[in-house]
Amino acid sequence: MYLNQFLFLAAFLFCVGVYGVLARKNGVLVLMSIELILNAVNINLVAFGLFRESVAGQVFALFVIAVAAAEVGVGLAIVILIYRNRQSIDLTEVDMMKG
Amino acid sequence: MLENAWLIPALPVLSFVLILFFGKRLPKGGHEIGVGAVAIAFVLAGVCAVQWVQRPADLEVKAKSEEHAAAPDSVTNANANAVAALEEKAPPESEGDHEKEDAEHEAESIRKPVVREVTWFDNGQARVKAGTHIDGLAVAMMFVVTLISLLVHVFSTSYMDGDRRYTHYFAALSLFTAGMLVMVTANNTLQLLVGWELMGVCSFMLIGHWWEEKNNSNAALKAFFTTRTGDVGLLIGIAILFFAAGQTFDIAQINAQALGGELSHGLLLAGAAALLCGVVGKSAQFPLHTWLPDAMAGPTPVSALIHAATMVVAGVYLVARLYGVFWSGFAIGDGGINAVALIGGTTVLIAAALAFIQSDIKKVLAYSTVSQLGYMVMALGVGAWTAGVFHLVTHAFFKGLLFLGAGSVSHAVHSFDMKKDMGGLREHMPTTFKTFLIGSLALAGIPPLAGFWSKDEILLGASSNGYPIFLVVGLLGAALTAAYMTRCVYLTFFGDYRGHGHPHESPPAITVPLMVLAGFSVVAGLVNVPGGEWFAKWTENETVLTAGVAHHSFSPVIALFGSAVGVIGIAAGYAYYWRNLGPHRLTQRSGPARTGYRILEEKYGLDRLYTDGVVGSIKGPIARAAYWFNQRVIDGVVNGVGVAARGLAGFVYDTVDQKGIDGLVNGAGMGAEDGGKVLRLMQTGRVQQYALFLFGAVVVLGGALVLFTTG
Repeated sequence: MYLNQFLFLAAFLFCVGVYGVLARKNGVLVLMSIELILNAVNINLVAFGLFRESVAGQVFALFVIAVAAAEVGVGLAIVILIYRNRQSIDLTEVDMMKG
Repeated sequence: MLENAWLIPALPVLSFVLILFFGKRLPKGGHEIGVGAVAIAFVLAGVCAVQWVQRPADLEVKAKSEEHAAAPDSVTNANANAVAALEEKAPPESEGDHEKEDAEHEAESIRKPVVREVTWFDNGQARVKAGTHIDGLAVAMMFVVTLISLLVHVFSTSYMDGDRRYTHYFAALSLFTAGMLVMVTANNTLQLLVGWELMGVCSFMLIGHWWEEKNNSNAALKAFFTTRTGDVGLLIGIAILFFAAGQTFDIAQINAQALGGELSHGLLLAGAAALLCGVVGKSAQFPLHTWLPDAMAGPTPVSALIHAATMVVAGVYLVARLYGVFWSGFAIGDGGINAVALIGGTTVLIAAALAFIQSDIKKVLAYSTVSQLGYMVMALGVGAWTAGVFHLVTHAFFKGLLFLGAGSVSHAVHSFDMKKDMGGLREHMPTTFKTFLIGSLALAGIPPLAGFWSKDEILLGASSNGYPIFLVVGLLGAALTAAYMTRCVYLTFFGDYRGHGHPHESPPAITVPLMVLAGFSVVAGLVNVPGGEWFAKWTENETVLTAGVAHHSFSPVIALFGSAVGVIGIAAGYAYYWRNLGPHRLTQRSGPARTGYRILEEKYGLDRLYTDGVVGSIKGPIARAAYWFNQRVIDGVVNGVGVAARGLAGFVYDTVDQKGIDGLVNGAGMGAEDGGKVLRLMQTGRVQQYALFLFGAVVVLGGALVLFTTG
C-alpha cells in the first residue's frame, strides 16, 4: 500500500469534479460534481491521517461530510426553486448574479 | 513684600487693561479702578518702605580707595579730553584730598538689596533676565511715584470731570504709573528702557489729550520727537554697556565692573556720554529742554505727575542708578568740571532766567522744573549723589503741589494767564493760596521747608567735592528761583482780580491733595536733617559707597548763604512788585535790556534753530530724496514685481494648470471609465464562469506558491 495510490485516486476524482462543475449545464449534476470534489479531499485527509498515524485526518473527514450534507441540502433547495420559477434547471440560462 | 515688589507695577498695568475694556461701562467712567489700583500700590509701596527701614544692615561695603591711585592718569587725561576746553584750571590730582577721603571711608554697613529675577529669554551666550532690584533708591522712588500718582488721580476726578475722553485719560495715567514703576524697580537696563519708553508714549498721549487743537498735538509731537532724539543716545549707551560688561544688561554687574577698573575708560566715557544724551532728552536738560514748556498743553494734573514729579526725573534716576558708569566715565570724583555737572549747571541758569518773562503760570512752573532738574543733574555731576536723589524726592512733593495749585487756580478762573486773568486770588481761594505759598517757599529754599535741606546738601557737595563754579551757579540759581516764584505768587494771588466772573475755592477732591502735598513739602526735608541723615542711610547703595561718594558734615556757612540768597530773591521780588521799587519799564528805556528781553522771548533761539535749522534742513532734501526713491525705486520694484507675477501666472495657467493638473484629473476620470468598460465584460452573471475564474486564480496562486516555496 502506497500513499500515492490514494493521492492519484483523489486527484482523478477532483479533476472529474472540477470538469463537472465547469462544464455541465444541469444544476443537479453540478451539485453532484461538488460532492466529488469534497470526497476527493476526504480521501486525501484520511490517507494522510493513516500515513502519519494520526486520527485528526478522519475527524476532519467527518466534519467535511457533515458540512457537505448541509451544503447539498441548501443547494438542492436552490435548484428546486429555480426549477419552480423557470421550469428548467439549465444553469446557462441563469444570469441573475450580475451585480 | 520686598520680594514681591513686582506686584506694585503689576497693579497699574491691570488697572490700565480693565479701564480700557470696561471703563466706559462703569458708573464713574473708570476712575474707580485707577484710583483703587494706585491706592493699593501706594499702600504696598508704604509697606515696602517700612520693611526696608526695618531690614538689618548686614552688607559691609568698603570704599574702593585705590581707585584714584590705580589709574589716575588715564582717568584724568580722558576726562580732560572730553571737556578739554573747560578743564584748564582744575588739576584734580592733589594727594591731600585723597588721603582725607580715604580716612573718611571706613567700611559701612548697608541693607542688602532684594533681587528677584526670572529668565526673560536666552540668546546665544546672553541670558537676559527680567526682575526687580529693590534697594533704598527704588523704595524711595516707588513711594514718591505712587503717592503723587494717587493724589493726581484723586485731583483728576474733579479736574477732568465731564471730559470727553475721561476714561482714556485714566487708562493712560495708569499705564504711565506702571511704566514709571517698571523703570524704578528694573534690575537690568533693558527693562529700564521698556519702562522709559512706556512713559514716553503715555506722555505723548496725555500732552495731546485735547488733540483737536493743533497747538496741543504739535506740543505732543514736539515732546515725543525731542525726547526720542535723546533716546537714541540711551539705546546706544545701553548697547555699549551690554558689550562692555560682557554681554549683560544687569545694572548691578555693570556698575560693579565700571567701578572695578576692568573696563577701558574710553568705553565707559562713550557709554556714559551716550546715556547722558538720553538724560538730556528725558529730563529736559539744555539743549533739549525746549519740549517741557510746550508740554504744558496737556491737562494740568498730567503736568504735575509727568512733567514735574515723575517722568522728567527718569533721567536723573538713570544717572543715580547707573552711577558707577557715570562716576568712572566722567571721573566725577576728581573735581573741577565735567559734562554732567556742566549740563546741569547750564540748565539751572538758562531755565531760571526764562521763567521771569512768562505770563502763563504753568510755563513759569515748567521752566522752574527744568531749572530744578538741572539742579539734580548738577548734584549728581558734582558727586553729591544723596543730595541729588534727595532733591528729586523733595522736588516731587513741592513741584507736584505747585502744579496742582496752578490747576486749582485755572479751574476757578478758566485760564492760565497770570497777567490777564488772575490776581488777588488769595481772598477767593484761601486753601489754594496757603498751599501754593508753602510750595513756593519750599522751592525757594527757605528753612525749614523741604527744599532748603536738599538744596543745601547740593551746595555743600559742590563746595566740598572741588566744584567751586557750581557752588556759585547753585547760589545764583537759588536766588533766581526765589525771585521768579515771588513774581508768580504776586501775579496770581496779590493785587486786584483781573479776570472775569467770581472765582471760588475748588472742591475737596482738589484741595485735599494740595494739603497732603503741602504737608510733605514741610516735613520731607526732615528725613535727612544733619545729625540724623536717615535718608542717606536708607538709600545709599553698594555702588555709591564703593565709588566713595564723600559725606560732608553740615556747614552753617553754606546753609546761611543758601537761605540768604533765597531771602534776597524774595526781598527783591517784594520790593519790585509790592513796593514798586527798582527799574520798572527798563526794557523800554535801555537798549541792552531790550536785547536781553528779546533773547529770552525767543528762548535763546533754540526753538527756531530746531524747527528751521534742524528740522527744516532735514525735511526738504530728505523728503525730496524719499519722493524720488519712492517714485523710481519703490514703484519700479512694485511694478516689476507685478508684471513678473503676471507673466509667471500666465505660464502657470497655460502649462501647469491646463495641461498638467487638468490632464491628471481628466485622465483619472477617463481611466476609471475605460477600466469599467473592460471590467464589465467579465461580469456576466453566470455562476459557472465565476467558478472558472475562481479555479483559474487558485491554479495561478497554487503554481506561484509551489514555484516560490520550493524553488
